[in-house]
Amino acid sequence: MRFLNHLTLGQYVPTGSVVHKTDPRAKILATLSILTGVFLADQWQVFALWAAFLTIVVVMSRLPLSMVLRTARPVIFLVVFTAVIHLLFSQGTPIFRFGILKVTEEGLRMAFKMGSRLFLLVIFAGTLTLTTSPTELADGLEHLLSPLKPLGFPAHEMAMMMTIAIRFIPTLLDETDRIMKAQLARGADLDSGGIIKRLRAFIPVLVPLFVIVFQRAEELAIAMESRNYKGGAGRTRMNPLVWRSRDSVAFLTVLVVTVFLVFLNSRMSLV
Amino acid sequence: MTEKVIVSFENVSYTYPGSGKFALKGINLEVIEGEWLAVLGANGSGKSTLARHFNALLVPTQGACLVGGSDTRTVEGQRFAREMAAIVFQNPENQIVAAIVEEDVAFGPENLGVPPEEIKRRVERALKETGLTDLAGKPTYALSGGQKQRLAVAGAIAMQPPCLVLDEATSMLDPSGRQELQQVLWRLHSEGMTLVSITHRMEEILRCDRCVVLNGGSIVWEGSPLVLFRDEDQRLGQWGLEIPPLVAVWKGLVESGIISGEAPPVLEEMVSALCP
Repeated sequence: MRFLNHLTLGQYVPTGSVVHKTDPRAKILATLSILTGVFLADQWQVFALWAAFLTIVVVMSRLPLSMVLRTARPVIFLVVFTAVIHLLFSQGTPIFRFGILKVTEEGLRMAFKMGSRLFLLVIFAGTLTLTTSPTELADGLEHLLSPLKPLGFPAHEMAMMMTIAIRFIPTLLDETDRIMKAQLARGADLDSGGIIKRLRAFIPVLVPLFVIVFQRAEELAIAMESRNYKGGAGRTRMNPLVWRSRDSVAFLTVLVVTVFLVFLNSRMSLV
Repeated sequence: MTEKVIVSFENVSYTYPGSGKFALKGINLEVIEGEWLAVLGANGSGKSTLARHFNALLVPTQGACLVGGSDTRTVEGQRFAREMAAIVFQNPENQIVAAIVEEDVAFGPENLGVPPEEIKRRVERALKETGLTDLAGKPTYALSGGQKQRLAVAGAIAMQPPCLVLDEATSMLDPSGRQELQQVLWRLHSEGMTLVSITHRMEEILRCDRCVVLNGGSIVWEGSPLVLFRDEDQRLGQWGLEIPPLVAVWKGLVESGIISGEAPPVLEEMVSALCP
């Protein structure tokens, strides 16, 4: 489980908080609303307000802030990279120069904007997965997408695929780790050389991994069939989703916050 | 009281598609309600193929398999067989569907269309039976091998099948995991569940009521484990099986005249026989 120590995205941490208890459909819709709001934001004050809102949600979820922040770890490189690119290569009024590189005022603004936007997007999405179990998430998505079923959209199948994918992430990471160690023990060199050499060195890891994945998929399909799985028709749920008034309140609150912040952002952009 | 036959194989043969060889050949076998049947055999003897006939994952190419009196070659029979017999497979990792323990136990009953309240009751009971109550909310990847296999058993018994088939369910477990699972099985058996253990580990059949030996896809022997252990005609080796070390020691003592009598099946009984 070495890899798992670095992986929080997609891992549910139950605390029994009010955020956890909110209907997953409300949380998915609220997250979509927040993501739209964060995408439209470009004023630092608005980013600060989104960050404050995030803090409130995290406090209500009773999750340690550090744990929530850790969900951004896999994309921290992307955030920094985007910020640096914008910082160094934007046109505009230069503030200072190092040789051919120059930092402009617009660049600084863009770097902050893109960095904050990406960071907030990932953290809000991470908060959703930390407070919602994979099954709830899949159930929620299935319900939200079910109006598309008459058009032939496989809502149940998609939700089931998602559940299984999430279930197998730790298993496959563990398997990769094991294969890597086995190949290292046999003298494989996975860590040195340029990127091409490293990618080529990874082939002996990928081939057995693919074989294992297919074997597992077949065995799992047999086990599911043996447990009477016949697709979505006629299935019941241990915890059927029930939309309560507090879910409406939660969703509407987020919607109001989003509309307000988008409005505020557009007003500030005009000034 | 008449014995009720729960599963019956009538001259069953099975050939995998594309293979000209019989994986099972002329199997005649009846499983009686409430018994613990062991199916023994070396690798490639057809044990797993037989296991998959119990709940119609495979249907005979010749002959008939009746589960609860219903022929698995019919659609109705297949549906019924899935409800009558649940299978626990060799690798626990590949049977777990959900990321959370209790959600995985609920998977089977959900597929059967059981109402939510009843699912909760069944999940609670299955977790209790398998000693997993404290782990109900835990992620499934965090369980040990033994716990994962107990979870697979919990998932199977939550469907409340009258018959549970274990296809080499202990082969990937360490000794303590095996011990945990055996204890769960003893308890289920004492509560009246019909068990079919498919294995090549002879020490696991000590408590079974009856065993059959498969070799080359056919049943070559049938009787009680104690009689099998006597191995009077020295055929266990030919079938790719060997008697447990404990029983071998006992046999040696009997043959050298130090003690007399049949081999007691468990260590405690053996110790008390040796040191009265």
